[in-house]
Amino acid sequence: MAALTSNPFSIGEFLGRERQKDLLRFSTAGSVDDGKSTLIGRLLYDTQSVYEDQVRSIQGKGTTAPGQIDFALLTDGLRAEREQGITIDVAYRYFSTARRKFIIADTPGHEQYTRNMATGASTADAAVVLVDAGKGILIQSRRHAYIASLLGVRHLLVAVNKMDLVGYREEVFRAIESEFAPLLRRIAEDTGNPVEMAFIPVSALAGDNVARRSNAMPWYNGPALLEVLESLPASEDRHAAPFRFPVQRVVRPHRSFRGFAGQIASGTVAKGSQIVVLPSGKTAAVTRIVTWDGDLDHATAPLSVTLMLDRELDVSRGDLIAAVDAPPVAARRVQAALVWMDQRPLQRNRRYLVKHTSQTAPARVAALAYRTNVGTLEREVASTLELNEIGLVHLDLLRPMAVDRYADNRATGAFILIDPESNATVAAGMVTATSPLDAADLPAQADPWGRVTAAEREARWGHRGAVVELNGPAEAIDAVERSLFSIGAVPVRLEKDEEAFLLHPGLLPAVAAAHAQAGLLALVTASNEETRLQARAEGRGIATETAEPAHMVAAVHRLLYEAGILISAERAGL
Amino acid sequence: MAVSATVSKSALSLDGAPRRLTHLRLLEAESIHILREVAAEFERPVMLYSVGKDSSVMLRLAQKAFYPGPIPFPLLHVDTGFKFAEMLAFRDAMAREVGAQLLVWRNEAAIAAGANPIALDTRRCCGLLKTQALLDALRHYNFDAAFGGARRDEEKSRAKERIYSFRDSAGQWDPKNQRPELWNLYNARIHPGESIRVFPLSNWTEMDVWQYIHEENIPVVDLYFAKERPMYVRGDALIPTEQGFVALPGEQPENVKCRLRSLGCSPCTGAIRSDAATLPEIIAELIAFRSSERANRIIDHDREGSMEIKKREGYF
Repeated sequence: MAALTSNPFSIGEFLGRERQKDLLRFSTAGSVDDGKSTLIGRLLYDTQSVYEDQVRSIQGKGTTAPGQIDFALLTDGLRAEREQGITIDVAYRYFSTARRKFIIADTPGHEQYTRNMATGASTADAAVVLVDAGKGILIQSRRHAYIASLLGVRHLLVAVNKMDLVGYREEVFRAIESEFAPLLRRIAEDTGNPVEMAFIPVSALAGDNVARRSNAMPWYNGPALLEVLESLPASEDRHAAPFRFPVQRVVRPHRSFRGFAGQIASGTVAKGSQIVVLPSGKTAAVTRIVTWDGDLDHATAPLSVTLMLDRELDVSRGDLIAAVDAPPVAARRVQAALVWMDQRPLQRNRRYLVKHTSQTAPARVAALAYRTNVGTLEREVASTLELNEIGLVHLDLLRPMAVDRYADNRATGAFILIDPESNATVAAGMVTATSPLDAADLPAQADPWGRVTAAEREARWGHRGAVVELNGPAEAIDAVERSLFSIGAVPVRLEKDEEAFLLHPGLLPAVAAAHAQAGLLALVTASNEETRLQARAEGRGIATETAEPAHMVAAVHRLLYEAGILISAERAGL
Repeated sequence: MAVSATVSKSALSLDGAPRRLTHLRLLEAESIHILREVAAEFERPVMLYSVGKDSSVMLRLAQKAFYPGPIPFPLLHVDTGFKFAEMLAFRDAMAREVGAQLLVWRNEAAIAAGANPIALDTRRCCGLLKTQALLDALRHYNFDAAFGGARRDEEKSRAKERIYSFRDSAGQWDPKNQRPELWNLYNARIHPGESIRVFPLSNWTEMDVWQYIHEENIPVVDLYFAKERPMYVRGDALIPTEQGFVALPGEQPENVKCRLRSLGCSPCTGAIRSDAATLPEIIAELIAFRSSERANRIIDHDREGSMEIKKREGYF
């Protein structure tokens, strides 16, 4: 308060300036060795964003020279992190300058934390990529640049740090710049997302070119890191993109009010705007844009508003309201880049849940086109994606979804995959291409008087119809039938040695085929006295010991799952 | 609408606004989106209402999120028995005014047994009167999602907290096994018995909260504003006289012009000397401040990582 009375400081002016501030989110990645924590500590410290008691609480601790503050302790918040001296998880930091507020997503840079890097980059407008001037471009810097670009971060600011340790020499900086620039262009080509880059020589420890320009490098005429951060456009694309509005809730407090609440994902809407509701394709005009602070004439992303339409349409949560002249595609199959985030690797044909805007729907990864080696930027053949791996997949959506390409729209091109069994978030996805909904792709929906299709049967039973041959002891066959029944499958037993089948050799295949066509599992069985069970389905076969029934049953289920008859691994009990 | 009758139109201009939205508008839009997602995806959400400034902001955001409908979930106040009388009166008035259902939960057994931070220690006292009471209340009502007003800038372990913070069936937080949280796509899937703590103010700072309160004319408890109040003075610490038992033998309260920077239980919330009697003065004071708001809270300093430990045990 003393400061207040002695200064010509005016709170009115201060609040006026605050009202003009916008918000920029950026991510950082790197290990303690990179000086990342020192860099962030420097930004916070030089913008007076750290409290004295916070600095006091870490003074004299940590691994830096006596008298120096170990800024890593300011940022590493978890006990395990302080104990091990590493950063494990994303931490969010806040600071502001006279011009704008900043949110830093501070992420660990090691390979095993790729998923945290992706998390931090997902909401970032810019990424600060650290390079140690003494070490040059390490795999970590490349990985961070790649992930940032993949997640659609347009502005990559390369901070060449520890310039003090290389005598502030220009040639060191230029060498790194001329090596990294073409690499960033290749990364942008690979991810399909444009990248704008800036190179800044800094010393986080000495404070050179971090918050303020430095005299130590007269050969550098560019801005300090903070100046660049202050001058970047904040979320520029959102306004320019066509209008997208995922419906979160239908608001119906009384009979005369029916509105659709949501956050504008991109673009602008005005009173009178013509809109289309997807996936139904119905059109209407906006009559009111309602907020607690009063109606608006127009509203821009990312405001949260409630829209009213000029006619009664069937609109519910998960629907997308979009500009009528530039609607997204209602797709049943999309091509997407995935960052795998779970210990359990990706399983093709397994049922996952897609969460996209405000909707959640089942989906299957139909194919894995390739895996990207982030270090070499090579596309590798792969049968699965393990934790922290990145690849391109074809995803079949069990319901049509209104999507855009991620490069065109970050909000409507992004999704997460959820494991319906563990409920874990297993992948981050970015749509790279969509196939429009065409008649051949449609499930047999609609025609209320038409023929029942195989897809509808599959949807009901949870498996395809098939003929399964089982030869083995009667108890083993019983156990298999029971196990299939208990997971909700519909097995039908056809004994080979039934009199009718023995008398009419063509009858059994015909009956089995009819059952399979009805979507059922026709078990064609022959019992014997052996200690092994043989199972065959669609050209695949196994033989398994019967001594351990649980093991035997699991082997049969796996066969059926691998043959694509049982659709989901978790329902097959695998 | 007695308390906020003065609020007609937000001071933040929305209409005809330039394309660039202010940081407060952006934070507000993000928080409203979170509130609506939770209301849509959970069966039994509840809002923890602690009566403090953050709760006041959260409550206003809930009004905005569901307008013109009512707030579609109840408010829950965990009353330790050590809350300031002014807080309780304010709480009841606010709940009435916004038309929300208010639930109050007290760990009556522990209160009757005389739990207090002197007899126990602050950690055990908090464990019984706050954490245990909270877990009991959530279980009693079977809430599957609970909003809290915690912010990431408050404390180091909170900086790593998710917006949707997954809690196991015992209400515990596992910081090493958090769900990745990308874009604004929140994973709301839980098994029976598990729950999610939701922090709509995650990205707000203390300064943002005060500025928003100022811009939006949001009512807050009078204890935040400087006034002559009787206090026990011990060195730099000012201890409210609300609970008589903290007094040392022969100790007499003095009248000190002071205010509370954060509201907790009266024995554990120190006041600060201050002349800031209005919102702009509080904001001005905040600019001059060089220590964090929880520095005056005794509970967070018991030992290194004490907030993380409390959170693991089920605290917010």
